[in-house]
This record gives sequence, structure tokens and C-alpha cells, in this order.
Amino acid sequence: MQDTQGQSGRDRDTACFRTRGLTKVYGSGASAVHALRGVDLEIPEGDLVVLLGPSGSGKSTLLNILGGLDRATGGEFLFRGEDLTRASTRALTLYRRRHVGFVFQFYNLMPSLTARENVELVTEIAQNGLSAGEALELVGLEKRADHFPAELSGGEQQRVAIARAIAKRPEVMLCDEPTGALDSATGIRVLQALKTVNETLGATTIIITHNAGVADMAHRVITFSDGQVGKVRVNTERANPEDLAW
Amino acid sequence: MVGGGRFDMARLVPRKLDRKLLRDLWATKMQALAIAFVVAAGIAVHVVAAGMLDSLQETRRAYYDRYRFADVWAPVVRAPDRLLADIRDIPGVAAAETRVTSHVLFDIPGMDAPASGQAISLPDSGRPAVNHIHLTEGRLPRRGQRDEAVLLDAFARAHGIAVGDTVSLTLHGGRESLRIVGIALSPEHVYAVAPGQLVPDARLFGVVWMGREALAQAVDRDGAFTEAVVTLEPGYPEAAVTGALDRLLAPYGAPGAYGREQQISDAFISSEITQLSTMARVLPPIFLAVAAFLVNVVLTRLVAMERTEIGLLKAFGYHDGDVVWHYVKFAGAIGALGLAIGLGLGTWLGRQMAALYTEYYHFPFLIFRLEAGVYLSACLVTALAVGGGGALAAWRAARLDPAVAMRAPPPPDYSKSIGAGLTRWRMLDRQTRMVFRQILRWPGRSAFTLAGVSVSGGLLIGTLFFLDSVDVMIDVYFNSANRQDVSVSFVEPRSWEAFHSLRRMPGVIEAEPVRQVAVRLRHGAAEERTALSGVPRGARLSRMVDLDNRSVEAPPGALVMSQDLADKLSIAAGDRIEIEVTEGQRPVFELPVSAVTTTLVGSGLQMEIGDLNRLLGEGRVLSGASLRVDAHETRTLYARLKDTPGIAGVSLQSEAEDRFVELLDQSLGTSIVIYTGFAALIAIGVVYNSVRISFSEREHELAVLRVLGFTRGEVAYVLLGEIAILTLLALPVGALTGTGLAWGFSQAMSSDLFRLPFVISPRTYGYAAGVVLVIAISSALMIRSRLDKLDMVAVLKSGE
Ligand SMILES: Nc1ncnc2c1ncn2[C@@H]1O[C@H](COP(=O)(O)OP(=O)(O)OP(=O)(O)O)[C@@H](O)[C@H]1O
Ligand SMILES: [Mg+2]
Repeated sequence: MQDTQGQSGRDRDTACFRTRGLTKVYGSGASAVHALRGVDLEIPEGDLVVLLGPSGSGKSTLLNILGGLDRATGGEFLFRGEDLTRASTRALTLYRRRHVGFVFQFYNLMPSLTARENVELVTEIAQNGLSAGEALELVGLEKRADHFPAELSGGEQQRVAIARAIAKRPEVMLCDEPTGALDSATGIRVLQALKTVNETLGATTIIITHNAGVADMAHRVITFSDGQVGKVRVNTERANPEDLAW
Repeated sequence: MVGGGRFDMARLVPRKLDRKLLRDLWATKMQALAIAFVVAAGIAVHVVAAGMLDSLQETRRAYYDRYRFADVWAPVVRAPDRLLADIRDIPGVAAAETRVTSHVLFDIPGMDAPASGQAISLPDSGRPAVNHIHLTEGRLPRRGQRDEAVLLDAFARAHGIAVGDTVSLTLHGGRESLRIVGIALSPEHVYAVAPGQLVPDARLFGVVWMGREALAQAVDRDGAFTEAVVTLEPGYPEAAVTGALDRLLAPYGAPGAYGREQQISDAFISSEITQLSTMARVLPPIFLAVAAFLVNVVLTRLVAMERTEIGLLKAFGYHDGDVVWHYVKFAGAIGALGLAIGLGLGTWLGRQMAALYTEYYHFPFLIFRLEAGVYLSACLVTALAVGGGGALAAWRAARLDPAVAMRAPPPPDYSKSIGAGLTRWRMLDRQTRMVFRQILRWPGRSAFTLAGVSVSGGLLIGTLFFLDSVDVMIDVYFNSANRQDVSVSFVEPRSWEAFHSLRRMPGVIEAEPVRQVAVRLRHGAAEERTALSGVPRGARLSRMVDLDNRSVEAPPGALVMSQDLADKLSIAAGDRIEIEVTEGQRPVFELPVSAVTTTLVGSGLQMEIGDLNRLLGEGRVLSGASLRVDAHETRTLYARLKDTPGIAGVSLQSEAEDRFVELLDQSLGTSIVIYTGFAALIAIGVVYNSVRISFSEREHELAVLRVLGFTRGEVAYVLLGEIAILTLLALPVGALTGTGLAWGFSQAMSSDLFRLPFVISPRTYGYAAGVVLVIAISSALMIRSRLDKLDMVAVLKSGE
């Protein structure tokens, strides 16, 4: 794992993520579900990627594998040139801990910790993270830092979740429908926060969404269908979140 | 059509609910089992204790009734037979009998040690009006057959003596050979223990029953008796009758009449009954209360998890009652399982205990009888405890508004709990804050877990305390207060010459004279009968000691008294007390009590032997002696003692100690294994359920921590930190609980016969803590394995 951080990793491979023939099969025999059917992808460092596709097309499955939450059935998955396809549970835990920030549709905050403590929970185990205050400031929530999740609105909770994800200065941000449960105004604030993080921290960011309009803010738009990459589009011009068609 | 639909629905629902019930039970099988075992432990203790209590009390009542067991004994030195009519006329006396009794010393071939015992007369014709015996074999002695006798069953069996055999013994200084014509049990010797001993030794204590005339002639009591025994009219106060007997018999050397509480065999049975009823009262409620709480906690969690389902059922039109009934049935299933295990286990244990009892308590019949009432009350209390615990949770389910129930529950709000303030504690890391907030967020449940683990530890201490206590009792009694190997008592007080000849006997290393008289003590209105012992100053063998094993001696002209006597007479050190000697010239005097000390076995009243001789106006005489002997020469010594005339009894302390330890290993040992096992069940039930519920509530949270990159160990800390802290807190609380319980037991189970010293060894605390920790750790480990299987992906699909 050490060399994933070092300069040597970058010399070998400029892509942040690279997958070759990645497959994922749930179950076996007649009832087997092929969630991924050979995914070949290359995502450059620092890109903001939007992942589109119909429900059940395998977006979450891919994201979970990229995030080290799940293992592929076949193929290869490299993070900065290092093969994580068959990494141990412990190695994957360390990978998530050091490099990955997650944001989900459900905020998944610890109800027993305040906003600040939720962020600190992660900075405590990170190596050179932001301070909790800085992270909350990035998402515009410094004023509500000492409130418990039960005292925050959904959008605020999602921004705390983003602050928690970015606080460790992750190399990658993986977001699965981060605006799924939010109204458009709140959704836009959340996307703004993600964009800021991508720009200021340079984190490679993948956002899954059902909202095609969001694609306009991405460097790269990947459309998924039936467990495979359908189309990859590179935006020459990127829109600001507030200008997105919601 | 609408009606038909409703009808179908109504039929469908119960079946669907029953399937759900089975599914719920299966899903929570470990938890349900853990609770069922706690219920089972409570029920088993209840059945054993209540069953034994019933059996013992009922058997005793029936036995005493049928064999006309005396209510009052009135020994005398020698009183004319004609007094019997006067005794019968005493108001309150239902039946009276006089008899001749004497000390005997058996000489059993093949056994070096002399066995002490008693000869008791039977009327020459007919059954005694009081204290009949139960022949297990043979017949009663025939009138005119001087050498015929009936022998005590346990003694006969211990020596393989059968009807037709001959037994030789020393009776009133002369050698007699008796032909055994019958073997018998007697209500006076249910617990056949030699005077001054704690534990029966069937080999060393025997009783022979002889014809009245034969025995009277042998002990020179023709036309006289040495003891009157009477039964009382029901409800008549015993004191009035003993008073009348004392007045009537005083001229005949009566040391004082006494009732059943001073009859050694009955006193032991009563003490056993007290212990059983303490167990029956204290333990089952603890277990059932714990079970009730556990059922409540588990069901509350189940209801919380099944909110949506409950909402749906109610939206379909199911009644609140259906829902309550469903969850009560869940509790009922657990209760029924526990009850079944408990009743089975209790009955089985009861039979084992009954078998053990028949070894020490000789009843002609002791059937382990389990009254239907015991089973019934077991069912009832289980239903109450488990049903009560379940109903509370079920009621909460029934009150859920279907619309609210079908919505996801709001996230638990930690902002209002006391744990919120922990933010200011800078040195606590976030994970530890989560642990503390979880504890403080559910203070009731945390308190229950703490209490449950404490009770378990407390019960362990309370149970193991008996071993500590008895260890001290044995040590103080045998190694400090009674260091002699052999105690010899004379038929009548003897001169110093007799002491010297004892001291010169082979193998005697050390000897101490003892002078003992029966006395009646008075202080204010209180009156007590006891024996006053005179021992030499600086006595090393038989003496009174305090709990630190320091000898407590009476200064010249004063007494040392045991705490139990002092309590009964409300005496403190420094008080003066009136002493009436109930032997010989029956002098009365007043003496100061210089010190009060705790004696663990029996009562004690001592003064310097020379002082006592002077008070009694006698020369240097003694009633017996304590001997320390060379183990290699006991054979010769015993042979000499058997041949020495005038010896009433010989008791062998070293054998008594072995026997005592043996008894403890058997009876106490078994009970302690059982009770520690049961106490452990509480800890298992409480800890396992607490962690399991905490896990189920926080599964989502813990999976998220794994997603965030926390290692399994770190996540385990967040989950198990809670039980670890509660267990660590429970250790001191449990130590306190156990200390209190031990104190309670030491009070409740001490009797006139012995006092359980209140001592708890560090080993006991350590052992209890060890057991609790091992249980907590293994329960925690069982759940930790679930942590390793957390499915992060599945958890992320839902917002809990
Ligand atoms: N644990 C599982 N067991 C079996 N099949 C699964 C499992 N998880 C996902 N699948 C299947 O894999 C396929 C891909 O699922 P995935 O969650 O990746 O879709 P998705 O593109 O994220 O859809 P959505 O937009 O609805 O979130 C689906 O057909 C789904 O049914
Ligand atoms: Mg998805």
C-alpha cells in the first residue's frame, strides 16, 4: 500500500483508476445476476466524473468496488497503478481509510456525535487531514458544528457527510446519489461543495446521479448500461452547479 | 363480499402471525435461550428449595406426630417413679413418660477408637407414651431379658451389626454384653450427632434402648428415673411447663428442663429448614426479576425493529389486542421453555439432594415430595415475571399509530441526553464518546445491564462466601479453640488423681482439666440455660478465642461469655450476671462478665477452673479433660480409655474435623457448584442480550464505520466498549452487592448451633470477578464474530 502514495506510483500510471474487464456476479447458476459485465475504464487524476445510467445498470456496484467496499468477481482494478483486485480485507480497510472519501444518498452520520465530532472521527484516524472547522467551513456549516444530526436538516446532514469525506484530504471522492434525497436548491449547494473540494484539494471525484443535468459540471461523463460502459463524454466546457438544469 | 373478505383476513392473520412468531423466535434463538436459562435457574432453585423445604417439614411433622416426639425434656440425677403422676398433672402436659438414660462407651471389635453413646430405657410393657422408636428390624427387648437391646440403625449399619449380634459396652463403670434384638430409628436421633459435635459420625456415636428394669438396675436407678419427657397440649406455652417441671424436679438434681430448640437433633433440622427457606425466599425472585427485565429489553428491541411490520398489520385491520397477544406469546414461549427446563432440572436436583439428605437425616421415610403447589407456584411466578416483562413491551407495540409506525423511526436524538456534555472533555476520543453516549442515551438499559452483571457477581460472592466462612469456622474451631485430639468426660466429677492418671496414659502429650456444670443465667428478665466451663489459666487446648484467634481468658473471679449468649441476655462486657448452678448444692452467685467474644460453634461460658471449684465449694475436681495425643499411640490409648471405669464419653476431635470437611465437600460443594452455575447464567443472559441488542441497534452505524476505514478492532471497540465499561463498573458494585448478600446470609443462616463468620477472602472476590469477566468476554466474542461479517454494501442501500 505504501507505494500508492509515493511518486513512483504516478510514474508508472497517470490514471487514478483503471479497470480492465471488471465483472461482478451475484449468486450462481441459473439465478446468477451479472451486475458488471466487463468494465474497462480509465479515470485520470483530479477529474470530476459523473456516472449516469438506468437503475440496475451496475453504477453502485462499480463504485463500491472502486471504493474498496466490495470485490470484483473477475477482471482487474488498479488504483494509481496498484492492483487492488485481490487485496486483503485489511489492505482494503487501509485503502478506504487513507485515500477514499464517501458520500451516500443516506447521510450515514453517527447520531451520537455532533457535526464537528462526526468530522473529527475521521480526522482522528487520518494522516494529514484538514481540521474539522476547516472542513465544515468548506461546506458552509461552521455555525452548526456543535449540533447533533437529529438537530440538522437533511441537506445540512449531507453537507456534514461531505465535510467528513473531505476532511481527510482524500485522493478520491466517491459519491453515490449524493443529492438523491434533497430538493434542488439544497442539491445545488451540495454539488457546489463537491466541486470546491475537487478544485481545492484536487480529489478525483466520481458522482453517481440520476439527474442528467448534473453531467454538465463534470470533466467527464460516463454513461452506464447493463453492466458496461456505454459512452464516455469529455466536456470541453463545464457549467457551474448553480447553472445546472435540475 | 366485503364480509367474506374480512372473514378470510381474520383467519389468515393469526396463522401469519404464528409463522412470524416462529420466525422471530428463531431469529433471536440465542437470546431467547439465554433468557430461558435464567428463568430455568430461578425455577430450579425454587423447586429444589421449596420442594426440600416442604418435604423436610412435612416428613418431620409426620414422623414426630406418629412417634410422639417430646416437646420438653427434663433430666434429673435421680427422681422417684411416683413423680410421673405429678408430671402428668402439670397443666399443658398432654402426655408424659419417665425413663432412665445413661452414657455408654462402646467397644466395637476391629475399631480402636471408643464410640460414645447413650443408653435409653423403654417401658417394660407397651409403647412409650412419648418418644417411641421405629424398628427397622427385629423386636423390642422382652421384659426380664436383661441383656436384650435395640441398637440405633445408623450405628448398626456403620459397624455391620445385625440382629442376633452381641455388643459390648461400658455402662455405669461396668462392662456389659448386650444381645441386639432390634434395629431402630428414633425421632430423637434424626440427626445422630454426639453432644458437642457438629457433624454426625455414624461410627462414633451410638444409642442402645434397653428394658426399663434392666437399665435401671444396671445404673443403680431402681424405682427411679433420670429423665422425664413430655408432649404439650397444642398451643400451650412451653415456658409454663418447663417452669413447673423445674419446680417439681429441683430437689432431684434437675439441671433444668428444655424444649426442642435445645434438642440437638431437632435443632439441626430446624437450622437446615431455615437455610432452605432463606434460599427459597432470596434466590428465585432475583432470577425471575432478571428474566423479566431481559424479556422486556429483548421484546422492546424486537418491537422497534418490527415497527413497519406492526404498522402494516394494524393498517390491515388487526386489533391492538392481536398485536399484544402476539408479543405476549413470544414472551410466553421463552417462559415455557425456561419453565420446562427449570422444573425438570429442579426435580432432578431435588432427588439428588434428597438422596444426600437421607445420609445425614435418618427418617423412616423421606420421600422427595414435590407438592403440586410448588409446580403451580413455579408456573405462576414465571408467568407473572415473563408475562409482565413481555406485556410492557407488547403494550408499546400496540400503541404504535399505524401511520407513524410505517415511517422510518427518527434518528435517535443524543442532543438531549446527559452524554452531550462529553464534547467538552477534550481527552476523550470520538469513539470513546460514542461509547459513553450510547451508555448515557439509554440510562435505564445501561443501569439494568450494570445491575444484572452486579447481581451475578454478587451471587457468586454470596455463594462462595460459605466456603470462606466455613473454612474460618473449621479453622477457629478445630485449630484454635479446640486443639485437643481427644476429649474425655467423666460420669461424675473426679479428683485431681484421675487427671494425673489420664496424663500418664500412653501417647498423651498434653492434658488439660475441664470442670463443667449446668447453670441457669439470669440478667433482668432474661434467662438462659447453658454449661459453665472451668479451664486452667493459659489453657492451650480447649479455650475461648476471638475471631483473630487470640485466646480470651477470664481474670480471677470473672467470666468470659460468647456473643450469642450475651445477646440473648443483653449483656455487655463489664455487666454482672446471676448464675444459678443447677447441680449439686445448687449455689447461686453473681459474677462480672469481663469479656464477650464470638464463638462460632455452640455457646460458651468460661472461667478459671480453680475459681469455679471454689465457688462450688468443692476441692480440686474436674469433669473431664482435653488431651493432645501422639498419633502413633492412639491404639494403646484408646484401649486404656475403654478399660478405664468412670468415663462417660470420649470424643475424637481429629476424626470430627475430617468428617466435617468430608460433609462440606459433599453437600456444600455440590450446592456451590450449582449456585455458581446459576449465578453465571444471569451474567450470560444479561451480557449476551445487552451486547446483542446493542449490536442490532447499531449494526448500521458500525458498518458505516467500517466504510469510513475503521478496522475491525476499532469498530469492535465502539460496540464492546459499552459492555466493557458496564462490566468494569459492575465489578465494584457486584463486590458490594456480594458483600451485603454474604452478610445477609451469615445473619440469616446462623443459628444457636453455629454462626457463619462474616469473612470473604480475596480469592472469592477474585474468582467472582474472574467468572464475570470470562463470561463478559466470551459473550462479547460471540458477537464480535458477527462484526467481521458486517455487510457494508447492504447497509449502504438503506438509510437504516
Ligand atoms: N447483493 C446483491 N445480490 C444480488 N443482486 C444484486 C445485489 N446487489 C445488486 N444486485 C443486482 O446487481 C445489479 C446492479 O445493481 P446496482 O446497485 O449496481 O445498480 P445501480 O445502477 O446502482 O442502480 P440504481 O440506480 O437503482 O441505484 C442489479 O440488477 C441488482 O439487482
Ligand atoms: Mg445505485
